[in-house]
Amino acid sequence: MEKVLTRNIGPDLIPTGMAAYEASGGYRGLRKAMTGMSPADCLRVVTDSNLRGRGGAGFPTGVKWSFVPMGDKCTPGHKYLICNADEMEPGTFKDRLIMEHDPHQLIEGMILAAYTIGADIAYVFIRGEYVAAAQRLRGAIGECYAKGYLGDNILGSDYGLRMHVHTSAGRYICGEETALISALEGKRANPRAKPPFPQVSGLWGRPTIVNNVETLCNISHIVDRGADWFKSLGRGEDAGNKMFGVSGRVKNPGCWELPMGTPIREILEDYAGGMRDGLELKGFLPGGGSTDFLLPEHLDLAMDYNVIGKAGSRMGTGTMIILDDQTCPVGMTLNLIRFFARESCGFCTPCRDGLPWSRQVLEDIEAGGGVTEDLETLADQVEFIGAIGNTHCALAPGAMEPLQSALKFFRDDFERHISAGTCPYASGAQARGAA
Amino acid sequence: MNEPELIQNDLNSVLSAEEIRQIDAELAHIPYKSGAAIDALQIVQAQRGWVSDECLLAIARHLEMPAEELEGVATFYNLVYRQPVGDKVILLCDSVSCWICGCDNIREKITAKLGIEYGETTSDNRYTLIPVPCLGACDRAPVMMVGDQLETHLDGAKLDRVLQASSSEGSED
Repeated sequence: MEKVLTRNIGPDLIPTGMAAYEASGGYRGLRKAMTGMSPADCLRVVTDSNLRGRGGAGFPTGVKWSFVPMGDKCTPGHKYLICNADEMEPGTFKDRLIMEHDPHQLIEGMILAAYTIGADIAYVFIRGEYVAAAQRLRGAIGECYAKGYLGDNILGSDYGLRMHVHTSAGRYICGEETALISALEGKRANPRAKPPFPQVSGLWGRPTIVNNVETLCNISHIVDRGADWFKSLGRGEDAGNKMFGVSGRVKNPGCWELPMGTPIREILEDYAGGMRDGLELKGFLPGGGSTDFLLPEHLDLAMDYNVIGKAGSRMGTGTMIILDDQTCPVGMTLNLIRFFARESCGFCTPCRDGLPWSRQVLEDIEAGGGVTEDLETLADQVEFIGAIGNTHCALAPGAMEPLQSALKFFRDDFERHISAGTCPYASGAQARGAA
Repeated sequence: MNEPELIQNDLNSVLSAEEIRQIDAELAHIPYKSGAAIDALQIVQAQRGWVSDECLLAIARHLEMPAEELEGVATFYNLVYRQPVGDKVILLCDSVSCWICGCDNIREKITAKLGIEYGETTSDNRYTLIPVPCLGACDRAPVMMVGDQLETHLDGAKLDRVLQASSSEGSED
């Protein structure tokens, strides 16, 4: 298997500087584009590559970019390219790795994306806690200005781009692209109604593209080596490689670059080393906290967007969270709902008031004070809070995904909590010791 | 001198020249002043550790925006502190992977060792404890940040070492 995204990330985890990045073929894609490809050529190769957004939604990147008005169709003024580096989805730890260890790969992808959509200003919107990543990105951006990869007349062309790193002041909701734009404008990070879509009216009312870190890291390779090469990387129906991760009580938790379509079992057993001794796999969230639980019977599925979708969940960020047989499923669901309730921006009623209600019901059940009717209440909440269209953004519907699947797959656990009047898991999952 | 003028004069001297220089540098690439609200709060907090009422009013005046609107922004973001915090803020990850790996236990140990719950500061003003959304280091759970430093694979012994090292580092300042 060919390493692409992590080709410069060795076991020693030494950050890659300009010289090492260029020695590995870095900025070759940029050179190619600046000396012989029009923005339309770049858009075509990215569209043809079938690259889909790696932030969780899996929207085709080329299609997203194609909605940006170009040339005469665009009113005069700035256009913006924003990298969403606000990684905060529970259980997701892939963008940190590639930003900390190969910042130039992200910057090259951003320059190419900005060139394609005709943006003259780019932002990396990075969460405040990613101190090392922000510092290394700032250093790498400085190196790019010195080299002529950023600034006016990039590599002698008539294209120019300025790039800024914006350190966020927190809140999970900033990862939602319209909320991110609100935050970048200095406001509360409330998501915005769509339409208008950011491609037409985004940052400061101007055309804007927001892409995830990992998505952008693929761009230079696609421009350099072509759509067919990229498609050939995938093992199944989706194109390219993907950062896959496993966390929870497995032998070797971690994050690995593997082809799209790699079977879940291979990731869990060959890379994560299987469950820790004495533990059995009970279920897992395939791609972050806002995806539906899947079961051991789903282990042979391929990690492709549509395959996981057909199984009733989402591939999301591709970083799995493992539920073992000695961790309480009600407690785990409560932890997730507590997170989403805390992180609601407060704009819509179903999210602001509905999620704390779900949390309260789950707290009662976990503490042993639940009643059978609580399960109906939770099912009703799933129906109303989870329906797309009842809320402004996907936070609350996302929160309902682990809850609805937990109610379906682990119903006997919920019922045992209620009938026994206590959490049946040894010493209570809440009080378990570390490691 | 009437009262509104007094308030205005007082506010004019709240922000340091360096803070104003940094805020104005942000304004250079922002179309309107209130767009720098979050940057300005962060700049002031970087200097002072937190954002006092007085600073908030002064920033609002500098950015020509209502103080109430700026307060709405400041209180929205969990990394903007509207009350004093200790020398180092402990951001304990309590999201799902850390929970599975025992972060509640780490929280209890911190509380036992430092005598503080979430939102509280130690009496010697060294630490403030706050929960934080997933820190993106789930393969090394449970994790927390102490100041700018990420601390991973936490257990009782590691926690003791981290707090020991961090407090001796603090006393050298």
